[in-house]
Amino acid sequence: MTYIGIIITYTLVQNLVLVDLLGLYSYVNVTRRLDSAAGLGLAMVIVMSLAALLTWVIYHLVLLPLGITFLQILTFLLIIVGLVQILEMITKWSSGALHSSLGSYLPMLTVNCAVLGIALIAVNANYSAFESLFAGFSAGIGFLLVTVVMASIRERLDLEWIPKPFRGIPIAFVSAGLMAMAFLGFDTAFLRNLLG
Amino acid sequence: MTSRNTLSEDLMKGLVRENPIFMTLLGLCPALAVSNKVSSALGMGAAVAIVLIATNFLVSLLKDFIPGKVRTLAHVAIIATLSTIVNLLMHAYTPALFADLGLYAQLIAVNCIIIDRANSFARENSAGRSVVDALGMGIGFTLALTLIALLREVLGNGTITLFPVAGWNGTLIIPGLGAAPIKVLGMSAGAFLVFGYLKAMFNAYRMRKASGEGADIKSGQIA
Repeated sequence: MTYIGIIITYTLVQNLVLVDLLGLYSYVNVTRRLDSAAGLGLAMVIVMSLAALLTWVIYHLVLLPLGITFLQILTFLLIIVGLVQILEMITKWSSGALHSSLGSYLPMLTVNCAVLGIALIAVNANYSAFESLFAGFSAGIGFLLVTVVMASIRERLDLEWIPKPFRGIPIAFVSAGLMAMAFLGFDTAFLRNLLG
Repeated sequence: MTSRNTLSEDLMKGLVRENPIFMTLLGLCPALAVSNKVSSALGMGAAVAIVLIATNFLVSLLKDFIPGKVRTLAHVAIIATLSTIVNLLMHAYTPALFADLGLYAQLIAVNCIIIDRANSFARENSAGRSVVDALGMGIGFTLALTLIALLREVLGNGTITLFPVAGWNGTLIIPGLGAAPIKVLGMSAGAFLVFGYLKAMFNAYRMRKASGEGADIKSGQIA
């Protein structure tokens, strides 16, 4: 697949949140406010890109040659935990601003199904190292896009009158469902027409 | 007497009051996607319940040996190992189910409910209570996921897929619905919609119950 194809696939056509239903827990928890949604989305872009690249390296240079690919869940998870810890240390050292904007969202990504999900998807699709990096990056951008749009919708919904049982989580899910329906427009036919 | 009460309490709280899907939302992460077929939902529920029970058992046995600093890492390693074992078993003995679950079978390792129970319950309680707690949570998880799957499959496809038994192919066809199903409920958008409406129903039930008991009604929102 071309790099443009990968970007469009993982940001729009196969959006991790709206199509694969991954990372829902962090998704409903951070979209109450726009700034936290953007913060988690940015952290997600960085962690997903690096996680997809690192897991590719480990899978193709260690697990595959040794024939122990059945250990992939364990090794991938440990890589991601380590990666998030290192990123947390870096944000702590570098500056207060970076830590306050990204640092508080990093722990949420330690054991996150969207991060492990994109690593497994990239490995299953047999991508090269750079394609994996691209897939991780675009999946992160897709997550950022959806959380920011959703947070804007929820901030607007706060001003509306909503029946009591629907307030909070239920209305967020119904809105996400309508958004997912809109994203159905980005299907393979759309991709084929766009890329010729 | 008291120990018996706490045991039944440990079991029952996972069914309704702290249901991992509708109340705490913890089981939601990589599970909602497989709620498009009843058989996948039941299989996912069973697999998660097995990993959950084994994890709670091991974590509660090892709680005195795991130093606080590496606790998350140790829990992640335990859960990943157990879910790898369950994955290999499913691959060997139920290949059709394994193919249906696909990526989501591997993602059992990051199911929030397993990590939460290990961290908040098994870490502080005896092995017996932890297993009972995991059993209750596993049953509550399976029931909730199956309810979502039942609605999505009946309305979205007009069928109920169960497991094939001796000559029967395992699919019930609901007469009258198969001709013009609401296709969108079978897609990912349907998962969001069905969950949203069911959660609102649960909230309405809880609020009615709370107002009946004279307690003050919060804004209809937890978590």
